[in-house]
Amino acid sequence: MNKPFDAPLAAAAAADARSRWERDYAESIGTERKTENVSGIPIRPLYGADDWAGYGQPDPLGYPGQPDYTRGIYATMHRGRTWTQRQLVGLGTPADYNERLLGIMARGATAVSLIPCNSVYRGYDMDSVEPELLGTCGVVLDNTDHMDRCLEGVDLNRISCALNDPSPFTLLAFMLAVAERRGVDWRHVTGTSNQSDYLSHHVANHMFYRLSLPGARRVLLDHIAFCNEKVPRWNPMSVVGQHMQQAGATPAEAMAFTLSTAVQNAEDCIGRGMEPDQFLPRFTFFFDISLSFFEEVAKFRAGRRIWARLARERLGAKKPASWRFKFHAQTSGVDLTRQQPLNNIARVAVQAMAGIFGGLQSLHTDAYDEAFQVPGEAGARIAVATQNILREEAHLTDVIDPLGGSFYVESLTDAMEEKILAIMKTVDDAGGMYAAVEAGLVQRMIGASALRFQQRVDSGEQTVVGVNAYRAAAEDDAATRPAVERPDPAEMRAHCEAFAAWKASRSPAAVGAALDALSRAADDPKANVFSAVVDGARAGLSNEEICARLRRDLGFGQPLAFV
Amino acid sequence: MSLDESFRPRVLVTKIGLDGHDRGSRIVAAACRDAGMEVIYTPPWQTIAAVVKLALEEDVDVVGISSLATDHLIVPKLMAALRDAGLGHMRVVVGGIVPDDEEAMLLKSGVRRVFHPGSTMDEITTTMREYAREARRAAAEQESTR
Repeated sequence: MNKPFDAPLAAAAAADARSRWERDYAESIGTERKTENVSGIPIRPLYGADDWAGYGQPDPLGYPGQPDYTRGIYATMHRGRTWTQRQLVGLGTPADYNERLLGIMARGATAVSLIPCNSVYRGYDMDSVEPELLGTCGVVLDNTDHMDRCLEGVDLNRISCALNDPSPFTLLAFMLAVAERRGVDWRHVTGTSNQSDYLSHHVANHMFYRLSLPGARRVLLDHIAFCNEKVPRWNPMSVVGQHMQQAGATPAEAMAFTLSTAVQNAEDCIGRGMEPDQFLPRFTFFFDISLSFFEEVAKFRAGRRIWARLARERLGAKKPASWRFKFHAQTSGVDLTRQQPLNNIARVAVQAMAGIFGGLQSLHTDAYDEAFQVPGEAGARIAVATQNILREEAHLTDVIDPLGGSFYVESLTDAMEEKILAIMKTVDDAGGMYAAVEAGLVQRMIGASALRFQQRVDSGEQTVVGVNAYRAAAEDDAATRPAVERPDPAEMRAHCEAFAAWKASRSPAAVGAALDALSRAADDPKANVFSAVVDGARAGLSNEEICARLRRDLGFGQPLAFV
Repeated sequence: MSLDESFRPRVLVTKIGLDGHDRGSRIVAAACRDAGMEVIYTPPWQTIAAVVKLALEEDVDVVGISSLATDHLIVPKLMAALRDAGLGHMRVVVGGIVPDDEEAMLLKSGVRRVFHPGSTMDEITTTMREYAREARRAAAEQESTR
């Protein structure tokens, strides 16, 4: 039989055990290495009850599906519905894209994603750019017919589509025109305007940069208002932390800038007279998952509960649907190496696990060959298989928030939360995210973090296997790199010829009238510019025609150029 | 021109084509500046003609092209344009995501070197300095044979 419990004695024994461990540790460790995570939080060798402020309190973390959602935004989380397996796809001609897409769906992908060619991102049609570049990074899609071909065999009533579609959202306009053609009710159309967040493009991913800051701000609000009313199952607002982290922001900075951006956009919507409980349930987030495993788990857990509080307290939302932090995440390409590329499969698996334990709703796993090319077929297959293995073989989804309650994870979640809030305060003090981006503050902070990370790698403080440690002979590296796949030049030429013929077949008067209608909307502050873009797509305008006209009318700005 | 310790390379760090991922070009530009070079930096999306014009006006020794998303495929066109403008003495380096077989194509077109991911800043700046000396010598030879 146990002796009666004696609390003071037990406490003394614990204190004794602790000091014994501290002594043993100090004696055995040799030279202590100073460890800090990427966000700059010092990491101790051991965490215990003293390190977690909530320890010992009744229900310190609450429950999944209940505010502040530390443990997840739904009651069932991955034990119920897992996550949407959404692989980025985009290459070649619309026919090439469609073939790859149907193949990936047959192997288990449950949603569509569409990555257009860089020419499309930049707002140019195929006849305005260097032909060598066409279709090498995404599908060359310049009008409604091309969208129709891309999505052949995809039921728009049923399948969720994520379009990488920067302002002024021509791809969604093309897709809505396709839905109309096929007799699909817009109210059934579901998906996301991926990366519709113009602020992140201005900060960190100039690839998408099409309109001036004020122009992009207006078109985004028009786009949100239009979708809320006419395409109610569409997520028009995707707030992006991924670009910023890929550009060098630390995980804490990326989360902070993203939340500040969401606040900016929500306050802009409120300023326009929109109701938070109408637009916030259609806000989604998009993040990067780096290889800093625990830091990423803590980043997501902290961000989720900060957002729940912001939505309620700062933005005044009353419905739980407005408080839920729904996010898609992509494993980080920056962590992948060209050297010994098969190692990237292991990296991606660890990154994906961090995202899963962080409670994501949708996941893209990078292909191992992303460090040296747009993923080939084999790489894309393994990326999908990695998700299937994690979900169905490894039992990662059996328990909700399985790392919750770990002294380290809870302490780190608290520390990341504090760090994120401090960075958000810097942004607020600068006048909010729009003003901070306009002034270049955010760009400077990210640039400094990128440089610091590079120095960590160059100095060997951060090991990168195959790059600054455990290197192999160059020829061994090359042997594991698959040959690059580029679009068939003959097919691309035929695509260009067909496009030229289509352009010539249109009535110049009708094209002129459609462009004038676009200008009238841009000139009238009360008109909805996105609605006019949809009309332009219906009337047969091309991507470049729409973008060029709005660039003229709403302004085109250069990114800030400094080092 | 003396090529002593006070030698200051002039380098242009830029991106041509369609892609805007500029983390690499910014980091390399900052590293070159910190290594004591004269750095001319531009935002992404320069046309080939604009790069040639800038290289000529700024009289640079080395042109550094950063490419993440296949823009390296038009570098051979840049090489031809530089030669046509009488700037064949300038050294051109490419940094970023370049597949092996396409690296061979770039070197054949006259690119001096391709830096792949994993290159250290020290390696890049040391090499750029060496190429800048080469370019000055080549320019001097061009001048004397004229």
